[in-house]
Amino acid sequence: MSALIVISMLLFVLGAFLMFLAGLGLLRLPDIFLRMSAATKASTLGAGFILLAAALYFDDLGTTSRAIATIFFLLLTGPVAAHRIGRAAYFDGSLLWEGTLRDDLRGHYDRRTHELDSDPCADFPLEDCEEGVNDVLPA
Amino acid sequence: MILEFLLYWVVLPLLVFGVIFSFIRLLQSPSLPGRVIALDMMSVLGIGIIVVYAVVTDQPVFVDVASVLALVSFLGTVAFAAYVERRS
Repeated sequence: MSALIVISMLLFVLGAFLMFLAGLGLLRLPDIFLRMSAATKASTLGAGFILLAAALYFDDLGTTSRAIATIFFLLLTGPVAAHRIGRAAYFDGSLLWEGTLRDDLRGHYDRRTHELDSDPCADFPLEDCEEGVNDVLPA
Repeated sequence: MILEFLLYWVVLPLLVFGVIFSFIRLLQSPSLPGRVIALDMMSVLGIGIIVVYAVVTDQPVFVDVASVLALVSFLGTVAFAAYVERRS
């Protein structure tokens, strides 16, 4: 048994364990944003480890380069998809966990035009601007 | 062979437990974005299962299937996110 096979066995077990942990986090975490962080980060790393293990196992140029291209594609598209879904969930009015300490986006999104603004009260006259005036969370 | 034993009795059961957990979350999620996340997670687990199957059956062609599944699942997730955002 060559050293490549041993390394690929280690990577297979590590990747499968990371994906199992991602599934557990998806099941157990209390809030959609926390669940999304578990599901995207851990599962992307686990799939990358499994693809790397297959690349080491097959050990010819074509298969290895295709597996590594798939890893790059996963690393490229995972954060994009997670950002799109997180943004959609924030507009959809998903509730944050009640133990959340701070919400940095609170009041910065214009809910009508879906634009991000650094000043929470830019679109409003001075007397109308109060804390959480275009708030996504229910008060 | 020890690699086949490991793949059949350790790696594939861990991946299948991941699929079961995300399927439970898909069934009982309270909101639509949560279900989209569970579907995305299931497709990434499907990529892992296909790659493990490629190694078990010693067919390197199945790695291409995993790459195509990664492409299609990314497109599906982004399309679902666009529809959810337009709905709200």
